[in-house]
Amino acid sequence: MLAFLLRRVFGMVVVLAVVSFIVYLVFVKIPGGDPAQRIAGRTATQANIVAIRDKLSLDQPFYVQWYKMMQQLFTGKLISYTDQLSVVGQIWQGLPVTFSLSLGAAVIWLFFGVLVGVISAVTAGRLSDRLITVLALIGVSMPVFWLGIILRYGLAERNSLFPDGGYVALTSNPLQWFYHLLLPWVTLAVLFIGFYGRVLRSNILDTINEDYVRTARAKGLSARRVLIKHALRNSLIPIVTLFGLDFAAVLGGGAILTETVYDLHGVGFYARTAIGNLDLPPLMGVTLYGAFFIVFFSTLVDVVYAWLDPRIRVR
Amino acid sequence: MATSETGQDFTLDTAAELASEERGRGIEGKSPWFLAWRRLRRNWIGLGFLLIFVLIVAGCLLAPVYAAHVSHQGVNDTNVGGTITVNGKKVDVVSSGGVTVGANGQLKVKPGGVPIGPQWWHAGGRYVLGADSLGRDIATRILYGGENSLQVGIVSAAICAFVAIVLALLAGYYGGVLDWVITRFFDLIWAFPVILLGIALGTALAINGFHHFGINLSGSSLWIPTFVISYVYIPYLARPLRGQILSLRQTEFVEASVAQGASPLRIMFSELLPNIASSILVLFTLIVANTILTEAALSFLGAGVQPPNPSWGTLISAGQTTIVTAPWLSVAPGIAIVLTVLSLNAFGDALRDALDPRAKVRIEH
Repeated sequence: MLAFLLRRVFGMVVVLAVVSFIVYLVFVKIPGGDPAQRIAGRTATQANIVAIRDKLSLDQPFYVQWYKMMQQLFTGKLISYTDQLSVVGQIWQGLPVTFSLSLGAAVIWLFFGVLVGVISAVTAGRLSDRLITVLALIGVSMPVFWLGIILRYGLAERNSLFPDGGYVALTSNPLQWFYHLLLPWVTLAVLFIGFYGRVLRSNILDTINEDYVRTARAKGLSARRVLIKHALRNSLIPIVTLFGLDFAAVLGGGAILTETVYDLHGVGFYARTAIGNLDLPPLMGVTLYGAFFIVFFSTLVDVVYAWLDPRIRVR
Repeated sequence: MATSETGQDFTLDTAAELASEERGRGIEGKSPWFLAWRRLRRNWIGLGFLLIFVLIVAGCLLAPVYAAHVSHQGVNDTNVGGTITVNGKKVDVVSSGGVTVGANGQLKVKPGGVPIGPQWWHAGGRYVLGADSLGRDIATRILYGGENSLQVGIVSAAICAFVAIVLALLAGYYGGVLDWVITRFFDLIWAFPVILLGIALGTALAINGFHHFGINLSGSSLWIPTFVISYVYIPYLARPLRGQILSLRQTEFVEASVAQGASPLRIMFSELLPNIASSILVLFTLIVANTILTEAALSFLGAGVQPPNPSWGTLISAGQTTIVTAPWLSVAPGIAIVLTVLSLNAFGDALRDALDPRAKVRIEH
């Protein structure tokens, strides 16, 4: 197990190094032109450009440039050229918002996704199943940001049932924190509820036909017990993988659309502001930050799997 | 059938029901494609959604005709000071605002700059879905925007499918080092959140355009979002296909082909490819649904289709600022996206049910 763990952690470090190199290529090499001018953004002065060229050693070979960029990022010296603030500091500031949004939404989508999937599978073919199938299909077909705009307009701007965007820290007022985040949570969760419901439904319907489920029924166990103890347990395995990766993506800035629509100043919102200014250092930072979460969580999922199922460790 | 003896009705999907009806006569001598078509033909809901999608595509392609003969206004034509005749009365397209004195001496303040709302057919085809704050016709803009959105969505899905099929065939057929390299490449793309990678590439390229390898694209070219989106979806399509090819590679008919001395190219294209064709078809439909959603998201954030080109995403984004006075500006293009993506998802499901009732191909977000 220890060897497996070490191997996975080593793999993770290698992937992250390569990922950071790709980020360097995307932002410094691919676009062409003078990278210093581009990184400095639209509002750069000549002094800015010279400073960047010097700092990132843009006249040196590419591996030196890459190393310098990473050094800047990790020592917190990489600064945005529109507001002159440290990129790492700004991401750090956005973390509580993004984490609050992701955690709450994840709880909602996991709970309702599983509920919807189970109901739909148990009543397969009946009206409730057809209704859920249609709703789930609509849920996965809606653009998240559009749903957010409509919900915010209908429930917060037309009839002030909910606060009109913004974020209140959990530490300053837990009730307002909850109240302010309820709409964003639902907005973010809808897509995943539809998606998980659909996946779980087909998984359960497949598992139900397995021999061991028939054996359990033949032993005289009740339908409910067979469903929960035997069928659901196995059907949930793919959901665990999906959840690990989706949660990582949302934590890592994937909630950018929801954050933008509800003016939640999290990590995604930071990236969104940077796009508007064509300000590359923040985008660089957020992209690497997002990749870190995905790589970390997929390693975590692998390790948990290996712990659950010893056969995987051998590979 | 999945019905157990106790009467607990755990039925399978419609697909299995359809397949079980065909047991016995009627199947013999028919090709799998014919059988699939016969199953699909009976699934009128699935076909209905296909019809909706075809109508949307046709409508968007006919945008210039609509602009010339129905709305009488081009895609970027503004009409701030203009008036239209609604039921015989003259109405400002964009309200001029001002203060009027009412009958009882009260001052009435009329807000200025508020565009006219949806007129349906009361104005003879003009401003069917209302105007924006510059007096532009929203229905016309949605049709033109749809042309861009659909073009980016479908072309990027096609490029993505082509690259994914080639990579999956190479990885699955040769295995070994090549397989290792290609799967690591998928892992790398997979390591970024789709939206974030799209934004990063889209923004970096929108600044100067792309000028490498003899390809020159300006920053506002539609090809930039197209390539960016096709790139980020490669592993989502290639991974399931590679898995299928790996298992097909072990089958007797491929072995027989190798024994007969068929070249790798021949085995890949005339033995392996036809066997994954049904999966490709289903996955392609679902990928188009996803690329259209991604295009909308990127354009909404300003990293996709660049103005003055309209697209459904940029239209929603533009309408967001005036959502309180003119909600239709954001609502209408959103409904267009939902209808398009929903019809593709529903048809993709029907297609999968018809082609292979037990297949488990799907796109994971």
